Amino acid sequence: MLEAFANGFSGLLAGFLHLQLSNVVMIIVGCVLLYLGIKKDFEPLLLVPIGFGCILVNIPLANLMEPHGFLRTIYDAGIMTELFPLLIFVGIGAMTDFSPVLENPVTFLLGAAGQCGIFLTLGLALALGFTELDAVAIGVIGACDGPTAIYVTAKYAPHLLGAVSVAAYSYMSLVPVIQPPIMRALTTEKERMVVMRATRKSVSKTTRILFPLVITILGGLIAPMGLPLLGTIMLGNLMRECGAVERLTKASANEIANVVTLLLGISIGATMDGKIFLQTQTLIILALGFIAICLDTACGVLLGKVLYVTSKGKINPLIGAAGISAFPMSARVVMKEGQKYNKKNYLLMHAMGANAAGQIGSVIAAAVMLSVLKGMGII
Amino acid sequence: MDKLTFGVTMLVVGMGGTLLTLGIISAVIALMKKIFPYKKEEEEKA
Repeated sequence: MLEAFANGFSGLLAGFLHLQLSNVVMIIVGCVLLYLGIKKDFEPLLLVPIGFGCILVNIPLANLMEPHGFLRTIYDAGIMTELFPLLIFVGIGAMTDFSPVLENPVTFLLGAAGQCGIFLTLGLALALGFTELDAVAIGVIGACDGPTAIYVTAKYAPHLLGAVSVAAYSYMSLVPVIQPPIMRALTTEKERMVVMRATRKSVSKTTRILFPLVITILGGLIAPMGLPLLGTIMLGNLMRECGAVERLTKASANEIANVVTLLLGISIGATMDGKIFLQTQTLIILALGFIAICLDTACGVLLGKVLYVTSKGKINPLIGAAGISAFPMSARVVMKEGQKYNKKNYLLMHAMGANAAGQIGSVIAAAVMLSVLKGMGII
Repeated sequence: MDKLTFGVTMLVVGMGGTLLTLGIISAVIALMKKIFPYKKEEEEKA
């Protein structure tokens, strides 16, 4: 009898006895992510489920990520199949108004410049000894676009998913801190004070409806490997612009996006097992992600300076910083920065154009990258 | 393929391809705006 009691009691202590230092550290990391999401409002929709998933997976003996564990089931169903990031993309397309970039199509170029960090960081990761596909996954943090980073990493470097996703979402929320010093360092006060003319409405409904179709067909033909990314975001946008399927648009932008965000977040958190996550490699990935976003911003501003010169001073180079995909946060940062130097400067709509271009640019960059990899026979 | 060749190819073809694709999209959108110009009536309807 006494032995049965002791055995039964040992079952209650087993969790504590199997707790390792790595689990404790990761539970603290999970709590920090929850704190950032809840108290600091840093991407709460993602950091809260990610943080909680991280805590869950680091409690020993629960085996939530073992075969048939509930987190493993969600992960296999949505991440390994790439379904979650793609469903999120339908929602993003349904939520995003691309009119500002259509008003001024030249801003597409700023959206391209804002992706330079992807390719430069990929080179840095290779130089640091990462394999080709690991370097691609790390570089894609520079897309500054969570679903794109998750899609590419889950497909080609799933062992890096936790680190890449946390880096992508954390830095996206830190855009207001990361970007301004770079913007100030690369521009003169005269450039920052440039007042841009207000955009007038110049895009017809037909153009807005044809836009997602053109991007899908053209982008798909150039970079077929990225068609799932392009196709889903553009499907969402077509539904929004055509106005014929309001129920589907609302469901994509609300119910579907919300449910998938929850499942996506918790499955990413589930990849943050202490034994796998707590490695020097994770710190290097976080550092490279930071560099990627700095390089994106710098390249965007530098192209903005080129446009400033070619337009004879009509374009404020600050809007180049919004060429990254952190939508619409980056545009707000540009607006705020511009107003610091000229109270009457309303750069928001111009920056929104560059920011919407960055959203498309990040998807195109990932699509192009995957197609180049396919062409080289690496995937 | 060595890592240097891979990295340089990705930088040149990848970044170049991205810039080219967005450049083409930009030109196509500018063309579409000419073919389907915005009409004042659209604003009134909206």
